[in-house]
Amino acid sequence: MDMSWYLVLSALLFATGAVGVLIRRSPLVILLCLELMLNAGNLALITFSRTLGDEEGQVFALIVMVIAACEVVIGLGIIVAAYRRRIPLNVDELRALRG
Amino acid sequence: MKEICFFAGAIGCLGGAIAVIGLRNPFYSVLALIVHLISLAGLFLLLRAEFLAAAQIVVYAGAVMVLYVFVAAYVGNVEESLWEPIPGQRWLAPVLGLALFVELSIAIIGSGLKSLDTEGPTVELGFGSPEAIGRLLLERFLIAFEAASLLLLIAAVGAVVLAARRREEATS
Repeated sequence: MDMSWYLVLSALLFATGAVGVLIRRSPLVILLCLELMLNAGNLALITFSRTLGDEEGQVFALIVMVIAACEVVIGLGIIVAAYRRRIPLNVDELRALRG
Repeated sequence: MKEICFFAGAIGCLGGAIAVIGLRNPFYSVLALIVHLISLAGLFLLLRAEFLAAAQIVVYAGAVMVLYVFVAAYVGNVEESLWEPIPGQRWLAPVLGLALFVELSIAIIGSGLKSLDTEGPTVELGFGSPEAIGRLLLERFLIAFEAASLLLLIAAVGAVVLAARRREEATS
């Protein structure tokens, strides 16, 4: 399997995630779409690590996973806090973060 | 055999991704993302990233997705309004996404990297094993490793602060 196939797949996944961020209104689904984009980046990093025969790209991908986990924790925390205060969970109305 | 595995993984990935953005119920979107992540772990295995494939399943499909499932169940089904802040956004977004994909593909194929048209160099048996990754993390990328652990600590503290009930809220 040529390496360019993996890279084109990763570009396709990234574009799918970007479309999701643009068309969905719920912050929870937008976070899921961010995950899609981060994972597409991970796939590209690992493909390049395989292409070069060097494991450094895999370390990068591991750090990206850590960043994604942090982002999820904070994002979900904000969603739960907004839900408790009965703020509508819709990114068009959720403009200010002041509690 | 490799081709069959690649296309199976690619179909799983893409199907999961499209289901995430297409399904109305956020709970189903989370489940579709789990399908996507597990197929992606299969692709990682094909790329000889064994440790990362295991980490993907344990950390992502396991821990992070459980968090999502809990929050999706807690928040419930959010009504998504059909009102568009920019007129025609629902039609414009896929066009822009397609343009992004075409542009990225041109950048990849036009990059002229010769190794992209090969299956990659042959690598020794221990490529991508936990031992190799751990050695790189603790020797060459020690600062990144420590910064990541500090970031995780800050995120954990932040989550506790965000999720904690205020006193006046708890009494009311």
